[in-house]
Amino acid sequence: MKPAPFDYHAPTTAEEAVALLAELGDTAKLIAGGQSLVPMLALRLAVFEHLVDLGRVENLRGIERVGDSLRVGATTTQSAVERSEVAADAVPLLARATPLIGHVQIRNRGTVGGSLAHADAAAEYPAVALALDAEMEVLSPTGRRTVASPDFFTGLWSTAVGDDELLTAVRFPVWSGRCGFAIREFARRHGDFAIAGAAVAVELDGDDRVRRGTIALFGLGPSAQRSDPAEAALGGAAVDDVDADELGQVAVASLDSVPSDLHGSSAYRRRVGAAMVADAWRAASEEARHG
Amino acid sequence: MGEIEIELRVNEAVTRSTVPPRLTLADFLRERCGLTGTHLGCEHGVCGACTVLLDGDAVRSCLVFAVQADGHDVTTIEGLDGPDGSLSPVQQAFRDHHGLQCGFCTPGFVVTAEAFLRDNPDPTDDQIREAVSGNLCRCTGYQGILAALRAAADAVET
Repeated sequence: MKPAPFDYHAPTTAEEAVALLAELGDTAKLIAGGQSLVPMLALRLAVFEHLVDLGRVENLRGIERVGDSLRVGATTTQSAVERSEVAADAVPLLARATPLIGHVQIRNRGTVGGSLAHADAAAEYPAVALALDAEMEVLSPTGRRTVASPDFFTGLWSTAVGDDELLTAVRFPVWSGRCGFAIREFARRHGDFAIAGAAVAVELDGDDRVRRGTIALFGLGPSAQRSDPAEAALGGAAVDDVDADELGQVAVASLDSVPSDLHGSSAYRRRVGAAMVADAWRAASEEARHG
Repeated sequence: MGEIEIELRVNEAVTRSTVPPRLTLADFLRERCGLTGTHLGCEHGVCGACTVLLDGDAVRSCLVFAVQADGHDVTTIEGLDGPDGSLSPVQQAFRDHHGLQCGFCTPGFVVTAEAFLRDNPDPTDDQIREAVSGNLCRCTGYQGILAALRAAADAVET
């Protein structure tokens, strides 16, 4: 299997990369780690005349605590996140999601920005970004803008990043207080994309009531999504009054485009999704309560 | 579509070549360098047979273009043995524990294991299983492979 021929560009600055995109239009595609793009090229599911490689753009890489956020450069590898004590300390959900991505050989090349920009419906990082209210830094030929995560994921494999724009970094807010975080997914084999999964973040007040609770689902629609009904059920509730299994049912009840394919029917995915929400809630709320 | 000049280190030897951008690192190693120990099974990042070390990290060489490896360091299965051709501890363990049958997947497993044991010299059995979960053996000789990794880890430790 060989990709169709393409021209290769290796800019050394983000501005240069964006200028190339503006010049080449939709015949060009950015490549970072390439762990999703190269298989698509090899199978010729995607064909581009130009690839713009971000591998030599130095200032897109790195993990940094900036005030109440963890700023992760777009081409930071998933392995770098996995090894980062700063990330594990500031954003536990990000650290816990990372080992679920593919295999070690994939995480050594795959990048944080690449995963978010590819926006696979069953990928972990989009759900993490949604659950934590992450913000995306985007560079365009006319300047920089920030996109909130609910506005970032716009559908199947699509994001708010335009053809001439570049995702440069993600800012994950650092949650403080009595917090707990969990991500659960079910896949047939270790490293496969999940059949369904859920990420839960929760903050409790001093009386064990939910001050802030978010639930993001993946593998259960065209893109990762927050569950508004389940979050509404959590709002202000005493943690003891929340029935985890019921919460799972509420989270999947109103979903209207659950995928159905040879890996599982939509009814099956719904059941798996409900179980993942319930498990993630149990773990996250337990952590928030007892630390 | 323009070809590109690249220079990289392959098994410690500086290698220069002019390549089309779509040439994968795996094909570069096999066809341009004659290093056919790197095997290609699926060619789209599923089987792990083409695993090599890129700057010391285990990566799938079918998912890296040779042009992306310009200026970097690559180690293949051919670069793991001693200068006198003696087997590395991991290779020896695969031999001792029958960690191969047809041998097709073996280079990927061995290269993956080299990086894993370097970074995790004292792994649990579960960590070993997870470390090689991205490599497929269609002879399904996994028990011998896991035994080989266990033995190699124990040998490193002592």
